[in-house]
Amino acid sequence: MILILSGEAEWFEAGRRMAAGNATLVSLWGDEGRMRLCVREADGALAFVDMPCDRGAFPSIAALHPPASRLERAACDLYGYLALGAPDGRRWLDHGRWPLRHPLGDRSGHDGAGDAYAFLEARGPGLHQIPVGPVHAGIIEPGHFRFHAGGEAIVRLEERLGYKHKGVDALMRGATLERAAALAGRVSGDSTAAYAIAFARAVEGALGAEAPPRAHALRGVMAELERIANHFGDIGAICNDAAFALMLAHCGILRERTLRAAKSAFGHRLMMDAVVPGGVAVDIAPEGAAGILALVAEARATFPKLVRLYDNTASLQDRTVGTGVLKAELARTFGAGGVVGRASGRDFDARRDHPYPPYDALSFKVPTRKAGDVNARIWVRIAEVGESLELIEKMLERLPEGPIRAALPAKGAGEGWALVEAFRGDVFAHVRLADDGAVARCHLRDASWLQWPLLEAAIEGNIVADFPLCNKSFNGSYSGCDL
Amino acid sequence: MRDTLLQGLRPPLTETAPGADDPELAALAATVKEAADRTLGRSLAIRHVDAGSCNACELEIHALNNAFYDIERFGFRFVASPRHADVLLVTGPVTLNMREALERTYAATPAPKWVVACGACAADGGVFAGSYAVMNGVAGVVPVDLVIPGCPPSPAALMKGLLALMRGAKR
Repeated sequence: MILILSGEAEWFEAGRRMAAGNATLVSLWGDEGRMRLCVREADGALAFVDMPCDRGAFPSIAALHPPASRLERAACDLYGYLALGAPDGRRWLDHGRWPLRHPLGDRSGHDGAGDAYAFLEARGPGLHQIPVGPVHAGIIEPGHFRFHAGGEAIVRLEERLGYKHKGVDALMRGATLERAAALAGRVSGDSTAAYAIAFARAVEGALGAEAPPRAHALRGVMAELERIANHFGDIGAICNDAAFALMLAHCGILRERTLRAAKSAFGHRLMMDAVVPGGVAVDIAPEGAAGILALVAEARATFPKLVRLYDNTASLQDRTVGTGVLKAELARTFGAGGVVGRASGRDFDARRDHPYPPYDALSFKVPTRKAGDVNARIWVRIAEVGESLELIEKMLERLPEGPIRAALPAKGAGEGWALVEAFRGDVFAHVRLADDGAVARCHLRDASWLQWPLLEAAIEGNIVADFPLCNKSFNGSYSGCDL
Repeated sequence: MRDTLLQGLRPPLTETAPGADDPELAALAATVKEAADRTLGRSLAIRHVDAGSCNACELEIHALNNAFYDIERFGFRFVASPRHADVLLVTGPVTLNMREALERTYAATPAPKWVVACGACAADGGVFAGSYAVMNGVAGVVPVDLVIPGCPPSPAALMKGLLALMRGAKR
């Protein structure tokens, strides 16, 4: 059931429910003249609350529930609203480098000179700062990490992101559905299929349209291929950050084979632009299913050996077990999705808990662990690979015949939302369509919004040299949050 | 187990080297300065700079190091510092928030140096062109020697582009 409420009392009430642990933050974003909040109630229902910003201000949700802080700061940067009582008034996405302020609000001019940023401090004898980024040492996205360390031990890590801000929300405004789908598929390239599915489902919800059964099944195959490709890559890369390159080499082969199977089946290695509102843009190639099933067979033959290698290598376990522990309570408070949440005991998966086709007709396990360390995040990934391989097989087995794309109503205003499980967690999409059928507002919330802040907590007390390991085990998206 | 694992990495996984048969790429590579041959010998050190990509380009750049493409066999090496680099491989449309970081990375790279714009966004802004927050491509910030198109470019396209650059540089 979906409740849509509007007003100050409901706004505060939702904030208090989250603070008390009776509801979970899904997303918080700005729109014309109002702030919007989506929470997940204890019974799993989503509730939406609108807060009018008549005088350009609204009561801060972060003041009641800190996990909302970065989303709130981002909304204020884009719209120019004031969050009354906010615990952190610093700008987040806006580094002062744009020729304007408040790109979705008054668009007031700015000289682009760049703002100073006051990092939080840690003081004590022998403490020193280590600034890292935005340009990092590897092939990795840009972001700034400010460490305060006492010797080797990290006392405080503060992240500063926003370097990849491309203005996606503004580009979405007025975009045709076709262009908007292409943009949604490039919010975070590693999750392009999941984003395209989330956007398409939100649009279909807004228009009251439904994709054909074959399209749902093909979307499922794409989403699971994307999940295993990323999990293979991540498992290898985490081990590589502990200097165990052999795992990376082998996982890299499985990842490459997955991308090649995707390319032969759907014409693109990452399956970009394959999912569109109304269905899918490409049907599976005649030999596509056989190629994917061959991949499944190969993964089943070789992956267990790699898992045994991981499990039996003491020097590797020494680095991952007990490292970067994320407490279960924090994961629950933040509503951390995906591997990060599940490795700390948060038993949530949008595919099961907000079921959408094709998953509503499939049974699968949602693996969880309690330890919350790097090792647990690796094991959740390992177990998810197994589940995804089975899902792929089942979906291909019972692939329905028929059309792959339904015609959408040519015009029509409306609002729709979707919660779709990407490889790193739930992607929330909310779309508001204008009368002419173009996008009036599209908000896409990556799972990383609620995971990045937890990395700051998990790294505390670990040594600086373990940061890459911890960071990779979280694998937050920079682009997905910077938008 | 050890044998099985090592066996898995042996040829014939590795792709054969692509030829320099693409006239467009060859022409682009020809613009690269001739002095490079003496300076660089047979190796190129690459520093990747993400200037606001969606991270798809990074995935395919990573793939260059897997057992199929194994780009180090051609003398390409990804290095951790611009001080060690001959080539800056830049992805993304160059966000205004990354502009200064890219300029400073370029300034920190010793000459002779080349800039490769990787992907549709780096070429001209791609789907993000026209946004208040981006520069519409790398060429608006630092001089570009080679553009490798694609969204994202496949590892094969990246390899072809980089080889063309090196052959051009060797001429």
